[in-house]
Amino acid sequence: MKLLHLIATSVTGLLLLLGSLDMPDTGDPESPAAIHVSPRYIEDGFEETAVPNMVTAVLADYRSFDTLGEVTVIFTGALAVLLILRRTREEENA
Amino acid sequence: MNPEPQDVIVKTVCRLLAPFIQLFGLYVIMHGHSSPGGGFQGGVILASSYILLAVADGIDVVNRRLSLKMLTGYMSTGVLLYAGIGVVCVLLGANYLDYGILPVTEPRSVGMLVIEIGVGITVMAAVLSIFRDLLTFE
Repeated sequence: MKLLHLIATSVTGLLLLLGSLDMPDTGDPESPAAIHVSPRYIEDGFEETAVPNMVTAVLADYRSFDTLGEVTVIFTGALAVLLILRRTREEENA
Repeated sequence: MNPEPQDVIVKTVCRLLAPFIQLFGLYVIMHGHSSPGGGFQGGVILASSYILLAVADGIDVVNRRLSLKMLTGYMSTGVLLYAGIGVVCVLLGANYLDYGILPVTEPRSVGMLVIEIGVGITVMAAVLSIFRDLLTFE
């Protein structure tokens, strides 16, 4: 069984490594993300959102769904800690 | 938790510092538009001021100011504010979280400010709640 795990992990890792060979270099100006998404944020961001901070504009407006998910993750994390660690009064008396 | 009582100098300095840290946290939240900052960072700064108070004066002092029920309420309020703005946009006829439809000047900027405030409230309450639960766990 351990051997099977080792083979599965190695094959998946090799496939991921192979896939990463085709990815564009870091900072490549010809990469797909750099030729149509980024210029739109940089050139039209201020006119569209009236917010001078580009990072906030992307985070809170263009990628608002993502940020909503992040907040929900933090909320869920705190709830999980609360449920595991906090003792109610009934439990203390028991 | 009953830690050793802190020195009077530590207590006084922490009490003096806390309001300024809170003011800075609010500034970071409200100014996330035009300078580095935002709800996540500002919320953590706000929570850190209460953690400083808890370290200096004990957790009971913090509990008196921000009760457990209020903390859980704040946590939910922030997420509700964020999701609620999205629903308001839907009710006004746009897509979910498409702030452009809000009936104010510079609607996208205002929408972002509201969700940053929501994020700040949730992060502050969540960090403080986790800190408190870890501290009082036996």
